[in-house]
Amino acid sequence: MNLEYTPEQRAFRLEVRAWMETNVPKERLPSFDLTREGFEAHRDWERKLSDGRWGMVTWPEELGGRGLDLIRWLIFEEEYYRAEAPTRVNQNGIFLLGPTMMEFGTEEQKQRFLPSMAAGDVIWAQAWSEPGAGSDLAGVRSTCARDGDEYVLNGQKIWSSRAVFADWAFGLFREPGSERHKGMSLILFPLDAPGVTRRPIERMDGEKVFAEIFLDNVRVPVADRLGGEGEGWKVCMATAGFERGLLLRSPARYQQAAKRLIGLYERHRHELPASMAERVAQSWMDADAYALAIYAMCSRLAAGGTIGPESSTNKIFWSELDMALSQTALDILGPRAELAEGDPERWLDYYIFALAGPIYAGSNEIQRNIIAERMLGLPKG
Amino acid sequence: MLFAFTEDQAAITEAARGMLIESCTPADLRRLLANGEAIDKTRWQTIIDMGLLGICAPEDKGGLGLSLIDFVGIAEAAGYVALPEPLIEMAGVVVPLLASLDDKGWLARVLAGEIVAVGHPANPLVSEADGAAAFVLSSGDDLHLVERDAVTLTRVDSFDPFRRLFCADWAPSAATHVNGGWRQTAQRGAVLAAAQMLGLGQRCVDIAVAYAKDRHQFGKPIGCYQAVKHLLADAQVKIEFARPVVHAAAIELPLGSPAAKARVAHAKLAAAEAADLAARTAVQVHGAMGMTWEVDVHFFLKRALALKTAWGTPAMHMAQVIDRMTALPTGPEHTFAASFEHG
Repeated sequence: MNLEYTPEQRAFRLEVRAWMETNVPKERLPSFDLTREGFEAHRDWERKLSDGRWGMVTWPEELGGRGLDLIRWLIFEEEYYRAEAPTRVNQNGIFLLGPTMMEFGTEEQKQRFLPSMAAGDVIWAQAWSEPGAGSDLAGVRSTCARDGDEYVLNGQKIWSSRAVFADWAFGLFREPGSERHKGMSLILFPLDAPGVTRRPIERMDGEKVFAEIFLDNVRVPVADRLGGEGEGWKVCMATAGFERGLLLRSPARYQQAAKRLIGLYERHRHELPASMAERVAQSWMDADAYALAIYAMCSRLAAGGTIGPESSTNKIFWSELDMALSQTALDILGPRAELAEGDPERWLDYYIFALAGPIYAGSNEIQRNIIAERMLGLPKG
Repeated sequence: MLFAFTEDQAAITEAARGMLIESCTPADLRRLLANGEAIDKTRWQTIIDMGLLGICAPEDKGGLGLSLIDFVGIAEAAGYVALPEPLIEMAGVVVPLLASLDDKGWLARVLAGEIVAVGHPANPLVSEADGAAAFVLSSGDDLHLVERDAVTLTRVDSFDPFRRLFCADWAPSAATHVNGGWRQTAQRGAVLAAAQMLGLGQRCVDIAVAYAKDRHQFGKPIGCYQAVKHLLADAQVKIEFARPVVHAAAIELPLGSPAAKARVAHAKLAAAEAADLAARTAVQVHGAMGMTWEVDVHFFLKRALALKTAWGTPAMHMAQVIDRMTALPTGPEHTFAASFEHG
């Protein structure tokens, strides 16, 4: 066990830092969930990252990456958040679909989809949940009927993040007549295909964060199925593990937020009771604890381990940490917190997004069931 | 950068853990209490024979010359069984302390199984004192190595029946004075208390899980109900995110820097919170039985409560964390204490 970076890792950090200092936009980009302009500004940033070969550093070079290990991915993320670089508009692609495709995709699929994903040329949305299938994802009813070399997709998806402006989606569909975990396939489809209709859903703050997707006899080639026919559940669960466990929420995000919280606290310290220091310190400690846990997880993965149910403990920890952190910021701001223009750092926006943390990527209630049943061995309900 | 135990570290821990779990069952703890015995002499001899006391002793003094990180898993296992023998204090605290002092031959005697008790200013009372052959005590900034017959002990009862605490009355003299200081003794004590609390917390969860599978209400094991599952899952989450902090503290402690000290403080806070939640959850899952002497949870709950304030209180450790947080840079590039060594 050794908690010091090698000289090569330190040099890599400085290389990332130098690139970020030159290239991160000085002004915050407009939201990617409000207007096409904001979305395209983020796509431009993805392309810039890709030009610097920073699109997805762990991917092989031939797919647009740098072939780096997970420790360097963590260092990259640390410098990314330290530089307050824009949120990745393609996170559903690079962090969820990408790793799933690495594991389950054919060579042809990898060549076709991954370089364009790393380059920001194709921005992806996730199409899993349905009005009747949220926590109980095996309840999806949208269908993929095989017709020769094509599937015909029908049904309705909901809560698809980024789908308002995204280019493609990956969705879970079932063979007509199949039940529960059987007969499902993971299928990739363009969001501008004939028969696809998108309807934005406004979040409580007015941003069009998600969309409903209606599919009416949408035809896609069988070659655009990821993983085996009828094996969609297995493929999905692997993706869900990435989502909760590691890639979607890198620890640097919370450490940078904790650093900003400490800055906020220090600017307002003279008007705050001493007890506020403990709440700030708790958020800072929790962010560091999450980082240490992820470093340990990455070390285990590098030694050939896998992510098991601990992806569920991660998800509970980061979502609760994020909520407590932003609540502390709002309490420091006091009466300014509710004002639309009261705080240039926009902690209110942060809080609203943090509220979703215990819901998306599998609700925390479901995660607690997974921990209880798969880690602790308690009986199913 | 490698945040994982080596195969050697895992093997040493596993050997010790296996022995402790097999020999130190709750039934064994009850047997010791019924017989009025403070420790199990057979197990203590096994601990000596396995060389566990010398893990952190220098190689030229008959030890393995290993570091705190090599011992932290054993401390977790000792907590898991609520070990009555002073393995952790001797091997993890006293041995490295004696190795840094003019030890007058006491290091070799500790490795052979004699007990040297420590009266550190962080702890108001001296533990294990009745079985001690000598003491390391402080007078002002000076350390003294005092033989048993020069100390008058007054027992102070703890509600943990296996903690034997004493007031020590003694007089410093030129003959007892030894060169050296406490150095990192309190931080080592804190990290090892934290590691034991991880084990104590995990044991509380495991006992409660076993009970929740067995106890039926409304025709089903209570562990089927989400209300019970979620209590236990929350306790497990706390343990999972305290453990890497404790491991990091064990590695970073020797740096001695403010960042390393704050990590130790964080480890102690996080492990105490995890053990506390796990113990309270175990009582709750057992219902009224959880309040009884008959159910084993109380052995672990009591030890966790005692260790929470050993080697520094939560309030003191929180103050250390706040000092570091405001005095040194924070942010994603400062996860590790070593980041301050390299500028």
